Amino acid sequence: MSHTPLVQLEAAAKAQLEQILAKGPLKPKDRTAIPQQEMPSQDALDRRGNMHQVALGYTPEQARVEAMRCLQCKNAPCIAGCPVNIDIPRFIARIAEGDYRGGIDVIKETSVLPAVCGRVCPQETQCQAVCTVGKVLKDVDLSVSIGRLERFVADWEREQGASELPEILASTGKKVAVIGSGPASITVAADVRRAGHEVTVFEAFHKPGGVLLYGIPEFRLPKQIVQQEIDTLRAMGVEIRTNFVVGRTRKIHDLMQKDGYDAVFIGTGAGLPRFMNMEGENLVGVFSANEYLTRSNLMRAYDLDRADTPIYSSRKVAVLGGGNVAMDAARTALRLGAEEVHLVYRRSRTEMPARVEEVQHAEEEGVMFHFLTNPVQILGDEDARVASMECLRYELGEPDASGRRRPIPIEGSNFKMDVDTVIVAIGNNSNPLIGQTTPGLELNKRGNIVVDESGKTSLEGVYAGGDIVLGAATVILAMGEGRKAAAAMNEYLSR
Amino acid sequence: MAYVLPRSYPLREITALIRHSGFFFFVLMNKIVRKRQLSDAVFRMEIEAPLIAEERKPGQFIILQVEHDFGERIPLTIADADLQAGTISLIFQTVGATTKKLAALNEGDFIADLVGPLGLPTHLEKVGTVVCVGGGIGVAPLHPIVQGLKEAGNKVIVIMGARNKDLVILEDEMRALADEIILCSDDGSVGRKALVTEPLKELCESAEKPDLVVAVGPPIMMKFCALTTKPYEVHTIVSLNTIMVDGTGMCGGCRVTVGGETKFVCVDGPEFDGHLVDFDNMMKRLASYKDIEHKASHTCKTEELLKRGGKS
Repeated sequence: MSHTPLVQLEAAAKAQLEQILAKGPLKPKDRTAIPQQEMPSQDALDRRGNMHQVALGYTPEQARVEAMRCLQCKNAPCIAGCPVNIDIPRFIARIAEGDYRGGIDVIKETSVLPAVCGRVCPQETQCQAVCTVGKVLKDVDLSVSIGRLERFVADWEREQGASELPEILASTGKKVAVIGSGPASITVAADVRRAGHEVTVFEAFHKPGGVLLYGIPEFRLPKQIVQQEIDTLRAMGVEIRTNFVVGRTRKIHDLMQKDGYDAVFIGTGAGLPRFMNMEGENLVGVFSANEYLTRSNLMRAYDLDRADTPIYSSRKVAVLGGGNVAMDAARTALRLGAEEVHLVYRRSRTEMPARVEEVQHAEEEGVMFHFLTNPVQILGDEDARVASMECLRYELGEPDASGRRRPIPIEGSNFKMDVDTVIVAIGNNSNPLIGQTTPGLELNKRGNIVVDESGKTSLEGVYAGGDIVLGAATVILAMGEGRKAAAAMNEYLSR
Repeated sequence: MAYVLPRSYPLREITALIRHSGFFFFVLMNKIVRKRQLSDAVFRMEIEAPLIAEERKPGQFIILQVEHDFGERIPLTIADADLQAGTISLIFQTVGATTKKLAALNEGDFIADLVGPLGLPTHLEKVGTVVCVGGGIGVAPLHPIVQGLKEAGNKVIVIMGARNKDLVILEDEMRALADEIILCSDDGSVGRKALVTEPLKELCESAEKPDLVVAVGPPIMMKFCALTTKPYEVHTIVSLNTIMVDGTGMCGGCRVTVGGETKFVCVDGPEFDGHLVDFDNMMKRLASYKDIEHKASHTCKTEELLKRGGKS
């Protein structure tokens, strides 16, 4: 795909906007005829060499034109498609009018992290998957760009400087501990604090933000945005304690019995990397995506001049997996100077769980995709460093339990891939620490915490949400869970 | 209500907290209350960390960072703790960028970030006679384990090894605890001129064959201790110190092969059955970053980690 520079997109949108405004009231046919606004981005060749944000965000004119594509349908299928049910047509209508404040206010009625979700939500499988415009144009990629519009108003608000603090009710004297500081925990901390309870967030790392900080790279989600969300919590009076591992530094029972916390929310995420259990996986040069990304993102190893934390220097990298984390790892490896990055996925392109935009960006940047391919073993040299990877080709069979067509190995199709680094991004299991140190907390056989529909665990006053309950999922689902649990906690504390 | 904040909190955040939460008072954490130099390159620090002092058990470690934004996270074993004073003791050798920066701090200074206690505690029970082998700086993590084994009612024989007499640490503390001490040095400047495996082998062959051996030190020492005890079928525990980032099971950088299975040192360990550990693979993994010359220090990471040996 050729790259259109920002100035050109901006000029085109200005002209389109003038034309539309001159024309008067729009009929549905006029709306669907408006061309979808392309997201301005850094040129692929430039961005391979830096960590800066790839997608630059709509200009105001682009946002208004894109917003005018929305049909404002009565049944609004997009709202049901959103895990937190944002009133999408209403916020888009505000943007179309140029009322950005009104737009962001609508979103904030239901979402606490619009600048984050606008960037990392898989919109094409949620709100945009069911958009009527996409249906009319018979192409889901041509649905109204809801995510980009969400990002636009969230960024607009941040750029205004003074984002308004939500109202906080009078102090109830109740204390709530929130374990973890990722999306589920941020949501709970905000919602519970708003009800007037005292909130402490406990984070194991030295910086809060969870996966938003250690997992998602700067080029996709600038850390300054995460910092701002955390600053907002602090400004609301939420206490954040870093370097605190609940289960080790203090156990949940002690927090409740010795330290006087009346309720606890567990939002510790899915932080235990899964490996393939194949030969050679412990060779030097094999990393979990978690480790690779944490070194680069949280420990800032990409800043070779300043960071004390080293990161592996690679020439040819294989990334295993087809999700967003795999895309992040592959694109990080490119930025760290790898000559070749191969993404190896055992299913085909259509089954990839990654966001379409990330896959597209990765391809533009030069990541090479190997579909229907899976490694059998990793081979090392005499220093036990990765020398190559043996793979097997697959074909698609009948649909499996996940509804996706099951990949079947083609016998004798083995081949070797010449690589010096392998990054495993095939998902995470839940971290067992809380379960091991909290007697009475019910877990399922996969190690996830068992909760009822309100997010309550088997222990009185203890709630959980996000990936520790769902297994590895998305930011927006974690946030949705958090909202539900926070409501239940507020209700529990008011009794 | 006291709010405990690490020193690393930016001032604007502290002022924001004061502004929004009223009249709380603040105690800064991780203050170095005592610093001593034990030998040329070995330091001992007592650090204010009341919660860790309360929770820690023998065998557990902490992870610290000397700089908040660009520092590296390194694991150090807790050598001792004073519950009353709310302090923990760390003993470390200056071998890399971070330990050098740490050694440059003085009493009254704060460590930017410190988290713990991490890892599973040592399994302590009465088994009879235990031989504890400590090599170099590995004697520091061994100290609380000897304490615990004595408290559990065992007879404890300690073998301490060092390159030379200047590098022997915690001799008095160990003498006060152990039933017997055997000192070895590479150059014979103190104790026997021998590797620790020599007296270990003799003990395994003696009438009083140990019921358990615990070895903590450089990987190569632990490997040979395990090889020494294997023919005598003496259960041998080793405490591993691998490369770590988070220390809570999240990254898997610390993984080792134990009995053919992958284990995470940070959450499944740090102690494992020495007869099952694939030491060769572990040592290779410790050398992962040997090619990366570090601007902050001309000692390369590999040497640092290999030299660091036991957790310290």
